[in-house]
Amino acid sequence: MDCCKKGDTLFFKQPPSIAGFAAVGGKKEGEGPLRECFDLLFEDNSLGEPTWEKSESSLQRYCIEQLMKKTQCTMNQIDYVLAGDLQNQCTASAYTLRGLDVQFLGLYGACSTMTEGLGVASVLAAGGMAKRVVAMASSHFCAAERQFRTPLEYGGKRTPTAQWTVTAAGALLVEPEGAGPFVQAVTFGRVRDFQVTDATNMGAAMAPAAAETILRYFQDSGYNPEQFDGIYTGDLGEVGSKLLLEILEQNGLCLKNHFDCGTIIYDLENQEVQCGGSGCGCSAGVLAGKLLPELKKGKLRRILMMSTGALMSQTTALQGESIPGIAHLVEISSVPKEEQL
Amino acid sequence: MKHLSKKEYSELTQKFSPPSKVGRNCLWAFAVGGAICLLGEILRQNFLSMGMEKDLAGLAVSTSLIALSAITTALGWYHRLACHAGAGTLVPITGFANAVVSPAIEFKCEGMVTGVGSKMFVIAGPVIVYGVLASEVYGIIWYFMNRF
Repeated sequence: MDCCKKGDTLFFKQPPSIAGFAAVGGKKEGEGPLRECFDLLFEDNSLGEPTWEKSESSLQRYCIEQLMKKTQCTMNQIDYVLAGDLQNQCTASAYTLRGLDVQFLGLYGACSTMTEGLGVASVLAAGGMAKRVVAMASSHFCAAERQFRTPLEYGGKRTPTAQWTVTAAGALLVEPEGAGPFVQAVTFGRVRDFQVTDATNMGAAMAPAAAETILRYFQDSGYNPEQFDGIYTGDLGEVGSKLLLEILEQNGLCLKNHFDCGTIIYDLENQEVQCGGSGCGCSAGVLAGKLLPELKKGKLRRILMMSTGALMSQTTALQGESIPGIAHLVEISSVPKEEQL
Repeated sequence: MKHLSKKEYSELTQKFSPPSKVGRNCLWAFAVGGAICLLGEILRQNFLSMGMEKDLAGLAVSTSLIALSAITTALGWYHRLACHAGAGTLVPITGFANAVVSPAIEFKCEGMVTGVGSKMFVIAGPVIVYGVLASEVYGIIWYFMNRF
């Protein structure tokens, strides 16, 4: 296999190429600052379906259709689809894939699923085990609220640390070689739990895991943050981002080019999303809709993308368990060889 | 990563988490909660002027507010007000009605028995259970107080 593992990080000697990307979003996402970045936007978050679960599956279906259209591929050319979402037993993905005759691996990394999928897809492609792999992730505000919180019409006040589950899906096509952007390295995360029990403060629950992954990546690679155009986290929100920067500073790493997808996808001042966006669709939408197109155009040259996940369920939350966090990192560049940067 | 104790992290989390805007929330709750109660009083006076007895008028006010809350919940208006009003819409009887109607709407897709029937009390259920229990205890105390 054309890769080497140093510490926790896999470095690809022949970096796999992200041959295509597509992002679809819902109403609130269309009202936000990234409205121009989505391939498709839906005014009605039900997408014409009778249940929110079906709506999320439709969102994924539209997303993968867009990807196939943009890359001029058909589903029978795809070796594997790696997909995940936030619904119990990953049903949004499974129900999407029942309509597509392709080998499917369901992933659950909570909101970290996009980079988990991209990481595994890159390993499969770089290892010569697949010619075309699709990595996809989605989330839907209404389906997530119903599962993790309260009914939509229930009158409650959101806490200032809460985040808004993004209604979006992102899909990427990974190939062993091509025109890029290129996945240079992957650091799969370790679970970290700092006893945060407040389910309305997910950023705080995930920040230590994000710090752990990012520190390990820099230790393994020997690079420093200034060598990147941006270091993006998935959905830490405002609170989690501040905590991440604080932990990193305590460890001697100063990030001046950190951005969080949760604070990019919405207008925090005017969209009433409290600390920002969250959900698998948050990093998936920003990566597929904004970052990869910018890498493709050369506007961005080299980034780190790290989706972050809170690995609790409603059952463990009710039983008073704390929330374990995870973060998976991928290094993506616009050119195949890092020396060219 | 350098050692960071759970206690130190908890302090950091508190430091960086924005607090609730208590003053503004209280004002909203007072204004909206007060307005709901005022509406109740206007209704009561109306019912009384229609010749209703005092007890019956009180009951009619409660049922009217419950109906109003159920309708505004179904129309999707109640939670929009509640996201600003907080306790102002939660504490009055309208909040209780909203807590029953909202899961009934949400879980309708899971069937009339296993969805609406069982899940409509998912939020209000504990209030009913402990409300009934508390009234039993109160009744027993009342019974013995009046005996001696």
